[in-house]
Amino acid sequence: MLEFRKDLFADERDDNLNVIGKGEQRQDMLGHVTGRTRFFDDHGFDGLLHLKVVRSPHHHARIRSIDVSAAERAPGVKRVIRGQDVPLNKNTLLSLIGFGKDDEPTLAVDKVRYKGEPIVAVIADSEAEAMAATKLVRVSYDPLPTVFDVQEALKPGAVVVNETYPGNYFEYHDKYDHQKLRFGDVEAAFRTADHLLEERYQMSPIEHASTETNGTIAAPDTNNRYVVHSCAQGLFFSLDTTAKILKLESNRLHFIGGTVGGGFGGKVDSLTEPLAVLGAILTGRPVRYVLGREEEMQFASPRGAERHVIKDGMMRDGRIVARQITSYFDAGAYTRLSSYGVVKCVAHMPGPYTIPNVRGDAYCVFTNRVPATAMRGFGVTGLDFSIEVQMDKLAHLVGIDPMEFRILNAYRDGDMKAHRRVAHNAALIECVQVAAQKVNWPLSETARRASSLSGGGGARAAIPPTVTDESGRIGRPETRQAPPQLTPGAAAPLPAYQPPQAVPVYQPPPAHQPAAPLPNYPSQPAAAAPLPAPTPPVPTPPAAPQHGAARFSSVFTRRR
Amino acid sequence: MARMPVQFRLNGTDRAVFVESAETLLATIRRGLGDFAPKFGCGQGACGVCTVLVDGEPQLGCLTLSVTCEGRSIETVSGLADGPTLHPLQAAFMEHFAAQCGFCTPGMLMAAKALLDHNPNPTRVEVVEAIAGNICRCTGYEPIINAILAAAQQRGARRA
Amino acid sequence: MPVNVRIVQGLQEAASILAGDRGAQLLGGGTLLVRAINEGAMTEGTLLRAVDPLLLAINTGGARVELGAGVTMAMVLASRDLSYLQAPARGIGGPAVRTTATIGGNLFAATPYGDFTTALLALDAVVTLYAGFGGAREMPLEELLANRARGGVGLVASVAFNRPAGADAFRFLKVARVRPKGVSVLSIAAHLPQNAGRISGARIAYGAMGPTPLRAKAVERLLEGRSLDAVTIAAAKTAALEGTMPATDAIASEWYRREVLPVHLGRLLAGEIS
Repeated sequence: MLEFRKDLFADERDDNLNVIGKGEQRQDMLGHVTGRTRFFDDHGFDGLLHLKVVRSPHHHARIRSIDVSAAERAPGVKRVIRGQDVPLNKNTLLSLIGFGKDDEPTLAVDKVRYKGEPIVAVIADSEAEAMAATKLVRVSYDPLPTVFDVQEALKPGAVVVNETYPGNYFEYHDKYDHQKLRFGDVEAAFRTADHLLEERYQMSPIEHASTETNGTIAAPDTNNRYVVHSCAQGLFFSLDTTAKILKLESNRLHFIGGTVGGGFGGKVDSLTEPLAVLGAILTGRPVRYVLGREEEMQFASPRGAERHVIKDGMMRDGRIVARQITSYFDAGAYTRLSSYGVVKCVAHMPGPYTIPNVRGDAYCVFTNRVPATAMRGFGVTGLDFSIEVQMDKLAHLVGIDPMEFRILNAYRDGDMKAHRRVAHNAALIECVQVAAQKVNWPLSETARRASSLSGGGGARAAIPPTVTDESGRIGRPETRQAPPQLTPGAAAPLPAYQPPQAVPVYQPPPAHQPAAPLPNYPSQPAAAAPLPAPTPPVPTPPAAPQHGAARFSSVFTRRR
Repeated sequence: MARMPVQFRLNGTDRAVFVESAETLLATIRRGLGDFAPKFGCGQGACGVCTVLVDGEPQLGCLTLSVTCEGRSIETVSGLADGPTLHPLQAAFMEHFAAQCGFCTPGMLMAAKALLDHNPNPTRVEVVEAIAGNICRCTGYEPIINAILAAAQQRGARRA
Repeated sequence: MPVNVRIVQGLQEAASILAGDRGAQLLGGGTLLVRAINEGAMTEGTLLRAVDPLLLAINTGGARVELGAGVTMAMVLASRDLSYLQAPARGIGGPAVRTTATIGGNLFAATPYGDFTTALLALDAVVTLYAGFGGAREMPLEELLANRARGGVGLVASVAFNRPAGADAFRFLKVARVRPKGVSVLSIAAHLPQNAGRISGARIAYGAMGPTPLRAKAVERLLEGRSLDAVTIAAAKTAALEGTMPATDAIASEWYRREVLPVHLGRLLAGEIS
């Protein structure tokens, strides 16, 4: 079943394992096979009402008027909800961690920006009556021009999709229209390279297609609270999002769930919770809002499409000396989680390889597509595909076996990575060696002798003089081609990651004493010093325990 | 709206319920009778999570009108176990890790039961065809196929 | 107005209700109509369920086979005498869909559905119709398909066709990404009776290559009187697309259907069906 390669990195761990590698029964398996596992929809409520949504048939349009009078009179209808009924009708999911501007309405008011965007919610005694009543809502539209291509959307003068971001890009650090990674000087390295290869990689949006669709049942509960059975993958996240949109104290919401009929990232956007709870508030009755399959595919978020342009400079002996990656994430009409996906993508560049010159630019672009979200390997999988295909092409170009090529370029412990962190616990070489062995793929003696533990560090631990630039300022598309200015040196590397030696034990404060205030940790590394010596730097211990939102403080914009 | 009475046997017990004229069997079983085991996944007949047995044959609850089920015998996974004793299929699913999120499992088990009730010793190809109408997004199907074959073998061994 | 369901005894009464009520549709297995209700596409009108032994009849005794319009795919698969219809029936949905999906429903299923109908078309099937008042009348399946879009054709009680010439004479293939079920990219049915090694009375039908299943008459004419050899097959492939009007839909583009049809026809004629 599971094979342990205890020979690899044997002195780094204790291989006497009690649970890993042994079959362990799932705690919910008995419930699954008896049908007793309760998903959000598996709860009965007396007087349950059903909510269905009127959605935009246009990719992009101004809403001229909305007439719900006929729907309100339709048989079985209890309440019709419009944008003005939503207490805070503009939100972005990551505002919970201070990242991004509120940009997405729960119910559209004056404009729709993607096909399927919700406009009006109808609540009725039965699903059939709710669906019939949605057909009676009259919305008149003035269709607008559309943009579906990420690079077209970035051009000055392009159709503006989302007025919160008038350049059609998410704004990073209050400064740039993209996320940057700079290490060394790719242009100089390209000039010295024996081979140059530039390729473009493209993927479509990908549908999670979990067998359970998104949905919520919300009901008035005791104590002026609402119980909410949610499909959400992150209940606290969804609770806080709902509390914010409905301007409710969060302690008035009781979210129950965590048993999801397949999430894969498609149940993180709180698509149905706010309206279901609002429906319960306005009607005083339990309200169920479940997406049909077509709604799930059209309206619920897919994994966003990505485009990656990779340009590499390579020497004839197979060493990659420079890698430039330009990435475009198609966020669709609203941010949702794509802004964060871009950050993860850049954090993954240039792949698990030591490349002395790296330049990365990643854009989060708005188009008139369905807003995108996370899916397994969020922000990373699309880039990985592109990088690995590129590696095969490079190997082919220089006539080197693709497995050997990867071993040659793989990072090793002690190497400086483009993010100015020292590689630690690298294992790509060993993975390639084991994979080759499994399929009887012959490797050279050199490749077989290679190790993540040797050959790294030294000159490879240096941070090279790095070309930085101010190109791509927010609102200044003409600066995207600004010429780079060579600046010497760089800030000292961030301290290498030190895993804890033991799980820290919680020490409760002594009784009757107020808890000590949280220490102020620095948002910048220690003051800039001369370039470090070529030996691997001695790591300084981290200043204080780091909490969630603050860990990102050097990366994300300030809380608004 | 006029509601019509329907009577049928659900997991061995006679039930009577009032339904809307165009109410699906899936909605009646779940909301009308409180058996939440069969699930809603598509309403189109593509995913199979609503699979139940009607007179021993697999049928999609989401595409069946309750008014057409008068007098029938309907089985869901809720009636599969014999008191505290799991059906061999249920035990085999557990043993072979044939579920992860569990959403497809009720329908999958009923499709498997229909197969083994008609064909106690199926080939692997026959198992694959029997669950061809049930989508699983988690397991990749292999553990499910193995579980069904194991359950068939186990029943055969018991009978021998 | 919610959707109404009526259960009616007897085909004649069902037919007259259908004739008199434009909002009434006949319910077969529900695989298409109940789907429309689930999706909110159908929110009013009447679904008529006709109960009549004629609808479930399977007569395979003589050379002429007659199947009731209410016969399900599962019943076809269970019938030993209909082995030549196994391939088309097997490709309809999964096992649970086949429990209720009817021949009659398939006759009225919009493209790209209708694979069983494609097979019936290649068998030169004739339908028996009840239309309002008056008795039953027969109509070639081809004519029914040409008229079904405008509605009001009446109620199909049964289909009839002559048993195919021999075990190998009737062939069917379905092209779909998901196998064995899955919506068709296209399907092809071929009846190729042979007389002293020469094809006589060939019938070729395509599914999902036009607004309804249709006959490939150019290919039929070309095959007539020839032996089924490599030269004939090559010629058939060049005529394969004549008369077709494939659509672009969620399953495949018009371009793709045009590209692959001749390839699959060639394989079917050469006996290379997997």
